[in-house]
Amino acid sequence: MFFFEDFALGQRREIGSFTFTAETIKIFAAQYDPQRFHLDEEEGRKSLFGGLAASGWHVGSVCMKLLVADGQRQTREALARGEEVATLGPSPGFRELRWIKPVLAGDTISFASELASLRSSESRPAWGIIEARNTGTNQRGELVFSIIAIAFVPRRKPA
Amino acid sequence: MTLTFEDLPPGRLGTFGPRRVTREEILAFAAEFDPQPMHLDEAAAQRSMLKGLSGSGWHLCSIMMRMMFDGFIGRTASLGSPGVNEVRWLAPLRPGDDLMLEADVVEARVSKSRPETGIVTFKCTARNASGQALCEMISPIIVMRRASGGSAQEAS
Repeated sequence: MFFFEDFALGQRREIGSFTFTAETIKIFAAQYDPQRFHLDEEEGRKSLFGGLAASGWHVGSVCMKLLVADGQRQTREALARGEEVATLGPSPGFRELRWIKPVLAGDTISFASELASLRSSESRPAWGIIEARNTGTNQRGELVFSIIAIAFVPRRKPA
Repeated sequence: MTLTFEDLPPGRLGTFGPRRVTREEILAFAAEFDPQPMHLDEAAAQRSMLKGLSGSGWHLCSIMMRMMFDGFIGRTASLGSPGVNEVRWLAPLRPGDDLMLEADVVEARVSKSRPETGIVTFKCTARNASGQALCEMISPIIVMRRASGGSAQEAS
């Protein structure tokens, strides 16, 4: 599994959920995004966000964390079934990242990933390129995060 | 002085840094958010497409956010960002890299829905010490306007 040939357009997986506590929001923000509304409850309340809000980079990094954990889970299951498992390649980037609604302290965000496109790599015939639309939804069912992520995946047979 | 929409016309805003990225920091971020072998394990990283230990792309973006904060967002009447149009990871982030961040304003327009604010779109490029571009990011930020209802000071 995880070879280019194993992916199909429209495939969707729930990849897990994460609760953003005030403590984790502030730890991330202090290091990477110390804007006042990510560090202080009162400043958050006064801001457009209406409460202590996670840095958007924290939300994106948590989505990555859950994607990796889900991939490791799928790898263990495939190996247990005796399947060959490919190692995913690096990502050339992403596009259309949307922070649709704030992620506030105490929110639990559930992430899902849906395969949006598949194509051959012209420069690297041993690899294909997949695009996934990854989304995050809060405990009230509101879409809060969306991104088109891109990754290289190895082919079983070169194109 | 707090920067407002009027202080951010299209063109080069500045170059910020350097920011040293240590091996320990790369491993710590990867362990928490992106525990793929190419970001954690030297031997596995050597076998990967990136040919050596590299930082997570999300780590690089987060460092760029911090460099933007230290460079200008920390003194800008920023109300936050609706997202990121595009990120391109062009070359691997390596342990010990000294990063510089180039920031350009590519578009600045008044918000239709909230005319007391403007939307300033930045293109930021992170380069290593040899000038190689590692990451390009195009992202809008919502910024207060000076000559409207609320003053910049109230917004900050």
